[in-house]
Amino acid sequence: MSELTNLGVAEIRDGVKAGDFSAREVAEAHVEAVAAAKALNAFLVETPDHVLAAADAADQARAAGTLKPLSGVPIGMKDLFCTVGVQTTAASHILEGFTPTYESGVSQRLFDAGAGMLGKLNMDQFAMGSSNETSAFGNVISPWRRGGGDNAALAPGGSSGGSSAAIAARLCPAATGTDTGGSIRQPAAFTGISGIKPTYGRCSRWGTVAFASSLDQAGPMARSVRDCAIMLEAMAGLDPRDATSLDAPVPAWEQGLNADLKGKKVGIPREYRVESMPAEIDALWKRGAEWLQDAGAEIVDVSLPHTKYALPAYYIIAPAEASSNLARYDGVRYGQRELPDGANLQEMYAATRAAGFGPEVKRRIMIGTYVLSAGFYDAYYTQAQRVRALISRDFDEAFAKVDVLLTPTAPSAAFALGDKSDDPLAMYLNDVFTVPSSLAGLPAMSVPGGLDDAGLPLGLQIIGRAMDEQGVLNAGLALEQHAGFTARPDRWW
Amino acid sequence: MSVDTDTVRKISRLARIQMSDAEIEALAPEFNKILGWIDQLGEVDTSGVEPMAAVVPNTLRLRDDVVTEGGDRDRVLANAPQAEHGFFAVPKVIE
Repeated sequence: MSELTNLGVAEIRDGVKAGDFSAREVAEAHVEAVAAAKALNAFLVETPDHVLAAADAADQARAAGTLKPLSGVPIGMKDLFCTVGVQTTAASHILEGFTPTYESGVSQRLFDAGAGMLGKLNMDQFAMGSSNETSAFGNVISPWRRGGGDNAALAPGGSSGGSSAAIAARLCPAATGTDTGGSIRQPAAFTGISGIKPTYGRCSRWGTVAFASSLDQAGPMARSVRDCAIMLEAMAGLDPRDATSLDAPVPAWEQGLNADLKGKKVGIPREYRVESMPAEIDALWKRGAEWLQDAGAEIVDVSLPHTKYALPAYYIIAPAEASSNLARYDGVRYGQRELPDGANLQEMYAATRAAGFGPEVKRRIMIGTYVLSAGFYDAYYTQAQRVRALISRDFDEAFAKVDVLLTPTAPSAAFALGDKSDDPLAMYLNDVFTVPSSLAGLPAMSVPGGLDDAGLPLGLQIIGRAMDEQGVLNAGLALEQHAGFTARPDRWW
Repeated sequence: MSVDTDTVRKISRLARIQMSDAEIEALAPEFNKILGWIDQLGEVDTSGVEPMAAVVPNTLRLRDDVVTEGGDRDRVLANAPQAEHGFFAVPKVIE
């Protein structure tokens, strides 16, 4: 049974179709793996009934010849997606007990495609964090450990840390993630898996708990580029309930996969060479460029001059939007209410929000409230939006010369839990390579490139033109084929 | 620009988050550190640059002006901390 949990999305899909195994067997193997991995704290809610019912439906569909694209594939669902009848908390106390009466656009599409849900995945609270330490329900522990008997608990990355840990630990072949400033790509890099944030607007935001609406974008995480392509095809598409959802056809990304990059140009943005970057990451970046050259691409030096301003712009825009979005948690319509004796309505709001939000969420709401307050709005928020336009223009100019960009995904390998949790600014700097493409709404993907000296995975990032997920996936596939990354964490949990 | 504890207290009121004096004291220096780092944006010459909100060109769609959903009172109230007689219930607002 255990080998079934080693299979990817495509292998499960094809194996169920061929009758090599039943969807029921696949689902049971994964349910068992999830139940045995409590030490990772990756799942907040387990939903074996859901995944087993989907598996039985898949086995019936096979008999009837009506298999769907994800029939028999068990997946994990980040707890940011509303799921009917299954508690959805965004890993925050303020939503404890919230049981949606509606299904998010993305989860609905995945279920319609035949996927079954193993459970809801832990994450940074309201997707605010880069280590999964801001969850109200405890840290997710990465399945990876440094070599040499160092048993320090490592961060699985964030905010989609439950997703990354579960996939790396073979609890599920794929999962949903969301990416506001790097929350799919950085955890993918930390755990040796792949993940793609598509162009802003590809995946519906309807029914996804909002963090920063102009940046939030769902995407898949999995153990191969092909599996990401399959998942993304099922997740993407117009949803009239989301005004920013793109009315564009969803390409057949899996079918279009092609690692031959002949005639393609790959840009290396010089501003991404930051001073504090470990030599191993710089070396991997160079190796990645050689791999893409090997695949037929021409390597071109490019400049994105406003790169250093992306993070400060992001840490105005994202908290500003968060402060507005999270105003809805008032203890009236859903979630927790804190009502001290004799409190009036205003006092109830303030007490509810004080008790319900974690420290990082409060910090960001406060910063957002400050930068939007009278007298500061133009100096901060409007200026940040202007800088955002310049960052986007930098990318436009680069993409006039090249087809995709190659960068490292994160400036370090996974750090130990607790290492950065006392210093919000140090934590924010972890997003330095992922935030610029988020601000510009561009598709970007992380693919594992190799291991560092301590035996921890390092990721490479491909950034593409708006709407060119195919170009990103193809360059990602070329990296994957050359890297030949097969390392996986030894089971200790 | 330096933010003092009175400003942090005012922001906590605007944000409707109750904070103790100790929390306010702790937040002020963090605020200053983060805002000090953000202040580098002031260096960028943005004259003549339009602020960007929508990153990918998209058009606003119109739909037919018809009722698409509704009549779901019980579902709407299902997660309310306190619901009475088909309404959300809150502490008394008018004295």
